[in-house]
Amino acid sequence: MVGESLLGLSPAKQRAPNTYPLGRYLFVLAVVALGALYAAPNVFPPDPALQVKPEDPDRALSAEALERARAALADAGIRLKAAELEGSSGFLRLMDDGDQLRAREVVMQALAGGEDHHIVALTRASTTPPWLADLGAAPMSLGLDLSGGVHLLLQVDMNKFVGDRMESMEETARDALVAARIRYVGRNWVDGTRLRIPFQNAALRDEAAALLAEQFEGFEVSETDVDGQPALEFAMVDEYLRQLEDAAISQNLQSLRNRVNELGVSEPLVQRLGRERIVLDLPGIQDSAEAKRIINKFANLEFRLVAMPGDRASQTETLDYRGTPTTLLRRNIVTGDQVTSASQDYDPETSLPQVSIGLDGDGGQRMNNATKDNVGRSMAIIFIEQKPRARTVMVDGEEVVERYTVEERRLISVATIQSALGYNFRITGLELGEARDLALLLRSGALAAPMYIVEERTVGASLGEENIERGQQSVVVGFILVMIFMIIYYRGFGLAADLALIANLTLLVAVMSVLGATLTLPGIAGIVLTVGMAVDANVLIFSRIREELKERAPQQAIAAGFDRALLTILDANITTFFVAIILFSIGSGPVKGFAVTLAVGIVTSVFTAIMGTRALVNLIYGGRNLKVLRI
Amino acid sequence: MKFPEFNFDFMGRRKLAGSVSIGLVLLSLTSLTVNGLNFGLDFTGGTLVEVGFPSSADPEALRSQLDDAGFVNGVVQHFGSDKEVLIRMPPQGEGDPAGLGDRILATIRLQAPEAEMRQSNFVGPVVGEELAESAGLAILTALAVVMLYILFRFTKQFSVGAVVALAHDVSLVLGLFSVLQWTFDLAVVAALLAVVGYSLNDTIVVSDRIRENFRTLRKGAPVDVINRSLNQTLGRTLVTSMTTLFVLLALLIAGGEGIRGFAAALTFGVVIGTYSSIYIAANMLMVMNISREDLVVPEKESAKESYP
Repeated sequence: MVGESLLGLSPAKQRAPNTYPLGRYLFVLAVVALGALYAAPNVFPPDPALQVKPEDPDRALSAEALERARAALADAGIRLKAAELEGSSGFLRLMDDGDQLRAREVVMQALAGGEDHHIVALTRASTTPPWLADLGAAPMSLGLDLSGGVHLLLQVDMNKFVGDRMESMEETARDALVAARIRYVGRNWVDGTRLRIPFQNAALRDEAAALLAEQFEGFEVSETDVDGQPALEFAMVDEYLRQLEDAAISQNLQSLRNRVNELGVSEPLVQRLGRERIVLDLPGIQDSAEAKRIINKFANLEFRLVAMPGDRASQTETLDYRGTPTTLLRRNIVTGDQVTSASQDYDPETSLPQVSIGLDGDGGQRMNNATKDNVGRSMAIIFIEQKPRARTVMVDGEEVVERYTVEERRLISVATIQSALGYNFRITGLELGEARDLALLLRSGALAAPMYIVEERTVGASLGEENIERGQQSVVVGFILVMIFMIIYYRGFGLAADLALIANLTLLVAVMSVLGATLTLPGIAGIVLTVGMAVDANVLIFSRIREELKERAPQQAIAAGFDRALLTILDANITTFFVAIILFSIGSGPVKGFAVTLAVGIVTSVFTAIMGTRALVNLIYGGRNLKVLRI
Repeated sequence: MKFPEFNFDFMGRRKLAGSVSIGLVLLSLTSLTVNGLNFGLDFTGGTLVEVGFPSSADPEALRSQLDDAGFVNGVVQHFGSDKEVLIRMPPQGEGDPAGLGDRILATIRLQAPEAEMRQSNFVGPVVGEELAESAGLAILTALAVVMLYILFRFTKQFSVGAVVALAHDVSLVLGLFSVLQWTFDLAVVAALLAVVGYSLNDTIVVSDRIRENFRTLRKGAPVDVINRSLNQTLGRTLVTSMTTLFVLLALLIAGGEGIRGFAAALTFGVVIGTYSSIYIAANMLMVMNISREDLVVPEKESAKESYP
């Protein structure tokens, strides 16, 4: 028999008509039972909760701190279901959904001022019984359209990043040439990813080529000429460019993860997408404006010495400090990249906000070297911020929005060096908000390359809840309508089909849970559609049995109906499966959710319709001496 | 309950049905050319904010408030109920485009502090173009893959028939969205692909039976074989369409505004897809002169099978 050999099963020989060997009934039962087990966690609704953990990942939350948080919540009149320590963090389970935001404030207040800096995140704590969780069973996670939250797609501005890198290469080259006393011509050597340095004669060029070869790893060196003068050209190799990009993106990812942590998101997704993009999913975040401000902030610090009268003009720049033009050396002593710790507090004397900063080994050494020889001289701190902007420009007669960033550089402090500085010092001269953001940004590490948002999808909590409710209603209503119809239309067989449909839904949910798939509203639509279409296989079988009944005895008709319908079912479902795969591959988030449920639904429905229904029909009708079959 | 035995002369009216289909497809294409599609945010880029108010809100007042604040060329309309308002705004001249939604919200809250953000979407122009490209590519890929699979499993007549039927379904759904100027977004593309999947399912079931009957019925002109196959599968076709329409009805009624376009596209698509597997796919077989010789493959499954 074609059908059974296709499924890799041996044909049932010398057996009463339409009966399975016991093993096969048990197999079907076992699959469905396993499905029920792994689908079960979805029935337990999670508790609204707060997750509390120390910012330092090496430390664990103390029982004392958890108790402090618990007591503060009790004082604030927020009803608590449980407070428990789990791993390095504590979970405070709340009774009411609406209390979450207020509870977070209360807990943050209660834990502020202690030794550890704590992160308090809104979360949903699982209520899956431990024995079930030990089996690896977990509920499906909810997509942002159901849980509420922010989805961002960020474009990393590689041009800017590479441009900065080229400029710093230019500076390096110039310093090396000056140090080796090789005369060059002009400035502004950068052109895209190429650097062209002209010299007065070929001899100097050759000398320079030998000198610079080492420093320009990742560049291709060639001889050329610029305006008739011999020149060296350094062109960035593609592979090196890609390495730079990879490094920049991974630093941005790291920094984003830290920032998201600070925002109090319990299960964020931070992921690279393609070559120059990063996806960010922040479930539970309500204030997308605040999130965007912190995430996309590109701020840094530079520490420099104020210029002395003898310094060469080419090595200085002039910035405004509270209305007075101040000339600084171009060279940085250290930058924000060398900061290892930063926190905002208040100057004990003036009560003005300040940022206390700790430098890494190299940075501390450099700071110490620079300051110990320059006591009495002034040091300046520059606060750099890059802000995304857009303007509309005409390109080929079409309006195109062009993205760019504006760099704001501001001198926030110019102070006389009183004594040699070391690894720790304080910065004043910032407003409270600025100081707080700066501390956060220095803590989380700077972004290597600026980014801008190219897509945002934010769903408010109330819409998310509505979507869940509507989704559930549609599944239930659709399910019941189909079940009733099948019973009316096919009677006993309809009952078998209905049971198979229940098994199908259970397996679908189980497979999605085990795969760790995310449930979205289109995903629910996919489930609903699967319910409607899954009975198709059964309908095919049953109508075939009806036809066969005209020519055959009931038992034979049943067997023939199942067999003949099988190829059709497989053909039809395999092609639909292809379509689901294509749908998945084009997927932006929500569409992917739909494709996943559709694909999984096809697989489970073929199983339940062919094996499941057959087992049931065999149990009901198999081996009996049927005179008539009502179908 | 049972449908009666069917014995329609489907192919007798194939020319009429064919003309109607050609007419509808032409109408759709004309509307697509003249009216185009009302592309949603996914494809055009821009900003969309849905705001919920505690009591009913007046879109006109909101529009003028936004106008005064310098947000121009926006569309403001009720969404779902009169307490929810949807605001769609093209990119404005200056400022960070990704922050436009926040600025709109802030402006609204000046006068209605209790206004609640229900959703806020921003799609950059480049992303919009990419999404549109990949959506078009997906539909074409789907058609190509389907054509190859059917070519491999059946014959070229079935393959062409199925693809013509699918193209017919896709154009009519697109046409409907164009004529009614319903918003066409990514969810509708997903629905279109689901329609392709569904219609295909139907077409294959019918094709399967036609192939089987060509092999087992030794007599009868192709038109009779096709008619007979269509009648044999009609009961199943109707039942499956019905259960699918039941659940789509559930989605339309209970699913909410967010997936209305999706559910509407699918509902229409399922009806069209059912029709097309009968009158387009099977019709194409006639047009391409299918004959028994194309299908007779000596295979034991079609000969004599015995059942216990």
